[in-house]
Amino acid sequence: MVQDLVLNLILEPEIGTMEILKEKKSRTTTKKPMRISGAEAIVHCLLAEGVDLIYGYPGGAIMPVYDELYKFQDRLTHILTRHEQGATHAAQGYARVSGRVGVAMATSGPGATNLVTGLADAQIDSTPMVCITGQVPRHLLGSDAFQETDIVGISTPVTKWNYQITKASEIPEILAKAFFIAKSGRPGPVLVDITKNAQFDELDFEYKKCTSVRSYTPVPKIDPRALEQAAELINQAKKPLIVWGQGVILGQAEQELQAFIEKTGIPAAWTIMGESAIPTSHPLNVGMVGMHGNYGPNVLTNECDVLLAVGMRFDDRVTGSLDTYAKQAKVIHFEIDPAEINKNVKADIPLLGDSKESLSLLLPLVKKNTHEDWHQEFKKKDEIEFDTVIKNDLKPTKAGLTMGEVIEAINIASGNRAVIVTDVGQHQMIACRYAKFEQSKSNITSGGLGTMGFALPAAIGAKQGAPDREVVAVIGDGGYQMTIQELGVIFQHQIPVKIVVLNNDHLGMVRQWQELFFESRYASTVMVNPDFVKIAEGYHIEAKRVSERKDLQSTIDEMIASDKPYFLEVKVEKEDNVFPMIPSGASVSDIRLK
Amino acid sequence: MKKQWFTISVYSENNVGLLNRISGIFLKRHINIESLNVSKSEIENVSKFTIVVNTTEDWTRKIVGQIEKQIEVIKAFYHTDDETIYQESALFKIKSALLFDERQIQNIIKESNSQIVTVSRDFFVLAKTGRRHEIDEMHDALEPYGILQFVRSGRIAVTKEAMPITEILEQAIK
Repeated sequence: MVQDLVLNLILEPEIGTMEILKEKKSRTTTKKPMRISGAEAIVHCLLAEGVDLIYGYPGGAIMPVYDELYKFQDRLTHILTRHEQGATHAAQGYARVSGRVGVAMATSGPGATNLVTGLADAQIDSTPMVCITGQVPRHLLGSDAFQETDIVGISTPVTKWNYQITKASEIPEILAKAFFIAKSGRPGPVLVDITKNAQFDELDFEYKKCTSVRSYTPVPKIDPRALEQAAELINQAKKPLIVWGQGVILGQAEQELQAFIEKTGIPAAWTIMGESAIPTSHPLNVGMVGMHGNYGPNVLTNECDVLLAVGMRFDDRVTGSLDTYAKQAKVIHFEIDPAEINKNVKADIPLLGDSKESLSLLLPLVKKNTHEDWHQEFKKKDEIEFDTVIKNDLKPTKAGLTMGEVIEAINIASGNRAVIVTDVGQHQMIACRYAKFEQSKSNITSGGLGTMGFALPAAIGAKQGAPDREVVAVIGDGGYQMTIQELGVIFQHQIPVKIVVLNNDHLGMVRQWQELFFESRYASTVMVNPDFVKIAEGYHIEAKRVSERKDLQSTIDEMIASDKPYFLEVKVEKEDNVFPMIPSGASVSDIRLK
Repeated sequence: MKKQWFTISVYSENNVGLLNRISGIFLKRHINIESLNVSKSEIENVSKFTIVVNTTEDWTRKIVGQIEKQIEVIKAFYHTDDETIYQESALFKIKSALLFDERQIQNIIKESNSQIVTVSRDFFVLAKTGRRHEIDEMHDALEPYGILQFVRSGRIAVTKEAMPITEILEQAIK
């Protein structure tokens, strides 16, 4: 069998992390500098940063580094994605699920420009990622040489920091700085472009981890007076509401947030980037805010008296119209990035700093409470939403399958323990609404940028970043075809990702908007799709198709039980809509239930 | 909110690419930079950008926040015209023959407090430092006689209040 042959060739025994660390330590604490090439130095830098897995694609200007990767394959695994965009999303998936820095590598020119979407995605969703690109030799810079492109210029607006190395001697210091910047403070992507001469030339290699940059303050100092003011406001509040975002996950403040809500009894809602930080089943977790979020937290945002925004940035998909957003409430904004304060919503009390620290300092200052009456209002709204929306999504009476019941079947099969990786569109909103989570870092999605094609490669990274966890990619038929070539990676490395394509033969979300706001003129949203099962089978991935309800749960159970990659296409209703919905530019109070 | 003039002062590391990063922040919000000057500052190895924009205070505050967020920016401030001492410089290149033919030009030179930088057989160059309107007035006065070349610098400014960059840097190093 071809598959077995590939398996034998590719799968190598895993080296324990501790062994790698020990070995790294012995190498990096060497006093005498080693005289090595820039390319080898790059590999040593990666090892010193604890990197054991990178995603990328070789090419002319990065070949010296690939030559070194060949020599170091026992310690550093390189996964050849089928497109550089796939490398960035895989690195993102890896970073999001593990909290470590994802690394992607590409050659100059088109290799580098193919990273741009992933960089932009990581920038807007604050994902720690380091991208290394090859560049034409120093003497050819600016000459329109073969595969030359100004990737530093191109990537500037979509990176937290970027830099072009033209001398081998710069490599250790710049890469150390790149990792420090990518993961510290509000994380983000960093791109380091390295000219080919710097890869070939030799340097005296010594590696020192970067711990500070004089012009950069990763975490602002907490103002104790602001904490006191916040506590006073919280203690007086009759109808407080917490909306938390990804900052809680990035700052590893899940426990602190949970302790805080349990003491104060404040209902807590989440943005899609913050989902899973607190278990779905937690009684104080009142659901999702935003355009397709839950009815209660959206409507009651405009009735709360104190709004505690924790590690979130008031994205327009969360707030709807700012002119009518939480105008009655005093806003306490927990935020690590000073530029986010008063950017969209005015903060009455800005609480700058690390949310983990702010929440633990605030905990002893707040009074115990339960806010029972206030919680009743959420319950009432939940009942309305259940009767008008959720019931039909999860327990439909019509013949066609809904996306919601597929997500529910995944919840049941996985015991709410899976990492759900979603793409962008209707299936994403449905998955965020109905997926249940018990563990943090479990909802991996392209939130800010809305990058179709994100899920399949991100799921590869997520599975490799959390090998012990079940990873289910839920993807629409549109987005799936944007990065479908990454099935090649899943096949070659036998990465046991479970892929569920919710096929409605449409670009569903755009079609929904066309139906609601463009008088059902379905301009370019109808898709004639290939046989997805055959395509997966072409990659020797076990594949099934479900189009009837009676087969759904059993097939999903089979998929989850499998320890191999698995592809499942579910034919869902073609023209279902996602509700509730806050129409673009409307107020959160004007959320539509149908 | 009404639009007004703001001088944005940015203290930064002297690195390739930072100008691109800073100008991109204005581009992203579709705000025109009225003038831009980059020079060394009072602190060794620290550069200073002086950027003039005409926009609302709300926008200016947000832009300054985004600028300060850049890794290599140490600190950024914004000020109104009342809060700064500011000047611009201009050079006027004029035909030498006019000095003799047009007596009025000598009066303009005296009254405008400008300096003659160089004189050659064919042309002479006047330098003028001052507020924008003073330079504009001098330009208008000279224009009827013919200006061969004219250039004006970006605004340079110092603030009336202190800018504690050294302390910020010292704290950062701690």
